[in-house]
Amino acid sequence: MTKTIVVTSGKGGVGKTTTSASIATGLAKRGFKTVVIDFDVGLRNLDLVMGCERRVVYDLVNLVNQEASLHQTLIKDKRIENLYILPASQTRDKDALTIEGIARVMHKLKKSDFDYIICDSPAGIEKGAKMALYFADEAIVTTNPEVSSVRDSDRILGILQSESKRSKMNEEPVKEHLLITRYNPTRVKDGQMLSVDDIVDLLAIPLLGIIPESPSVLDCSNAGKPVILDEESEAGQAYSDAIDRLLGEAKPHRFMEAPKKGFLARLFG
Amino acid sequence: MGIFSFFKTGKEDQSARVAKDRLQVLIAHERTGRNGPDYLPMLKQDILDVIKKYVAVGDDALSVQLESQDNCDVLELNITLPEADDSADDDGEPSESARRRAMERRQEASAS
Repeated sequence: MTKTIVVTSGKGGVGKTTTSASIATGLAKRGFKTVVIDFDVGLRNLDLVMGCERRVVYDLVNLVNQEASLHQTLIKDKRIENLYILPASQTRDKDALTIEGIARVMHKLKKSDFDYIICDSPAGIEKGAKMALYFADEAIVTTNPEVSSVRDSDRILGILQSESKRSKMNEEPVKEHLLITRYNPTRVKDGQMLSVDDIVDLLAIPLLGIIPESPSVLDCSNAGKPVILDEESEAGQAYSDAIDRLLGEAKPHRFMEAPKKGFLARLFG
Repeated sequence: MGIFSFFKTGKEDQSARVAKDRLQVLIAHERTGRNGPDYLPMLKQDILDVIKKYVAVGDDALSVQLESQDNCDVLELNITLPEADDSADDDGEPSESARRRAMERRQEASAS
């Protein structure tokens, strides 16, 4: 049974691509045959974050237009077995995508025995974002602890509940997960940043994970490596925990507490 | 800087609190608009226009809530009327809005 998961947010720059890369990599590492699709036609970036930008030959639009086969279009990851990347087109725009075309691609992927299809949504609520979420069984709503991101997440939840295929066909609703990224426990403690509880209260969907603000996220994207592969980093471990929860394991949330400062550090910090 | 902030209680600048309060109001407002039928915003505008014919109220004087109960929908209207009688100010002169409405009424009457 193939599961389709959209990584979405409404707002741009909150970490959708970083999350898509790490979630897909994490699932593949656990042995699931996984493909991650970049739906940001015209502004492709997943290839860079995954470190396969020089291996792109064909793209999603070629596949939708039947100018290339699935086999030709999929890029096999060099680090992780079972992981494939389906890049977006850089020269076209989002109008090149159609529901029928994407449906054909999804059907081919299901026939190729993929366990997970991760859809990396573009920002906004326009056509590209709606295409990315249309076929979703589950949604990871990526949110920063910041007013505009929370508001946009609520908006995208409304769209998931009214414009996904599941809602239109009156099927069981899309399963929603909240992933809070760029979390800074110290600022939360000082009352300068919305807390996990605040955000869960406002959006009222189950919490999948909290990714702390971490320098390794930038380091890894600089290097073209999903941050989940940096097992030393807090962000990598937090993504790894999120994968466990996605697979149904109950795991306590980590990285919510501000590091304790010593007396001298507090005095001179 | 460190020495001074050490003695602060840290309660002065709770901007996160403000953020949450603002979002709570906003999200609740946007959700009602989202789940309601398409005609709700137009209905609200029409009701507001009718009220404005008789009372000088602002655009935020009317709140419309549509709630689904067991097997019926309840449309709840909340209209906040201005406190003082605005047809005359303390100085006995009619208020600007009352004067405007009277003028509009006369124009309508003469037009018909």
